[in-house]
Amino acid sequence: MPEEGGCDARRNDVPAALLAEYGMPSPLAPRPRPDERPARRDLLDQIERLEGELSSLFVSAWPRKGFELSVPGRGGPRLLALAELEALRDDLAQRVDHARRGLSDRTLVEERHRARIEQMLLDPEKHKWVRIGNDDIGEPGCKHWHVRPRWGLLGYLMNWWRVRISSGCPLARG
Amino acid sequence: MAAPELERGWVCRELAEELPSLALWLMRIEARSGRSPEPVRRRLRRLSDRFTGGYVIHMRQDPVPWAYRVFWRQIGIDPDTDRTPVEQIALDRLERGAIHSRNLLDDALVVATFETGVPVIALDASKVGKAIGLRLTAADERLGGTGRSLSSRQIVVADEDRCLAVLSGEVSEDHGVTSSTRSMVLCALQVKGVPEISVSEALWTVSDTLAVGRDAPRSRW
Repeated sequence: MPEEGGCDARRNDVPAALLAEYGMPSPLAPRPRPDERPARRDLLDQIERLEGELSSLFVSAWPRKGFELSVPGRGGPRLLALAELEALRDDLAQRVDHARRGLSDRTLVEERHRARIEQMLLDPEKHKWVRIGNDDIGEPGCKHWHVRPRWGLLGYLMNWWRVRISSGCPLARG
Repeated sequence: MAAPELERGWVCRELAEELPSLALWLMRIEARSGRSPEPVRRRLRRLSDRFTGGYVIHMRQDPVPWAYRVFWRQIGIDPDTDRTPVEQIALDRLERGAIHSRNLLDDALVVATFETGVPVIALDASKVGKAIGLRLTAADERLGGTGRSLSSRQIVVADEDRCLAVLSGEVSEDHGVTSSTRSMVLCALQVKGVPEISVSEALWTVSDTLAVGRDAPRSRW
């Protein structure tokens, strides 16, 4: 096992004795810094909480596409400086906030689409040619609801409309 | 042969103060790698069949994988770019459609990591020192002493003389397991939120899986 303090890569070879002889503090001597540990611990806890929120948002957003949930790394694995931890915390908070707003907006639109599907089913004549897919309601798959005239041209001329529900994704072809 | 024992590696003071739950667990075993025998391949296939898209998506919210995600983030790695080992296995499985056997050791590490969520690395016991632990790199250090240069203050697995592996999983070529290795040191990383039992299970899973192949004929590396 390395000796005490062996993991600190910094070395201080300042000839402080020379200046101390004249009663002057060495300009290169390490300055006593306030204890950063409580601040660092707080930041690590905040990063943990934000990462948890980001993971929850990722799971909630799936299978929707177009959400940017990534926060760039800091060249790890290493111990980050206090300023880097703060910057990381800020980036995560910003990303969480952005993703939450994006998801909220998207789910509002999806809810409207769901309501519209119900209206289409109840009253297809008022929603001619409207097509809503699973993408629009935040679900996986290729299913879609499409208001089309019954019996083609005849239905079009007679104003007979209905909602056709697709049978899903096309089969894979070789 | 005596049963292998778990030992706790050292953690340098600065790391221990910053991350009090961080620990490195070691297990020294007599084992060789080689071609995986059929029982191990079968286990990989069964493992492979347990993956679904939904399972992988929700994996990041399971306690152990999530703990490593958080740790990755705290030490400056983006877990969506440089995945945690268990997430990398899951992603590879989704992309390739199966978990393919590579060799007995790699398969054992995959099985252990997937079953427990705990990343494990293996070193050649004859090429590393007695005291293995975690520390920060000094300036101008190289991986394994002669490998690629490492930036200062990186977190590495090291013995008394040199760094043996980067925490994110890269093992020094000179100290990793090869076809001539007869004994290994298994190292498992424990972080905040990961129970000790998961770590010991990971190490025992690797040890037991390697034991399955111990008596099997070796046709190739």
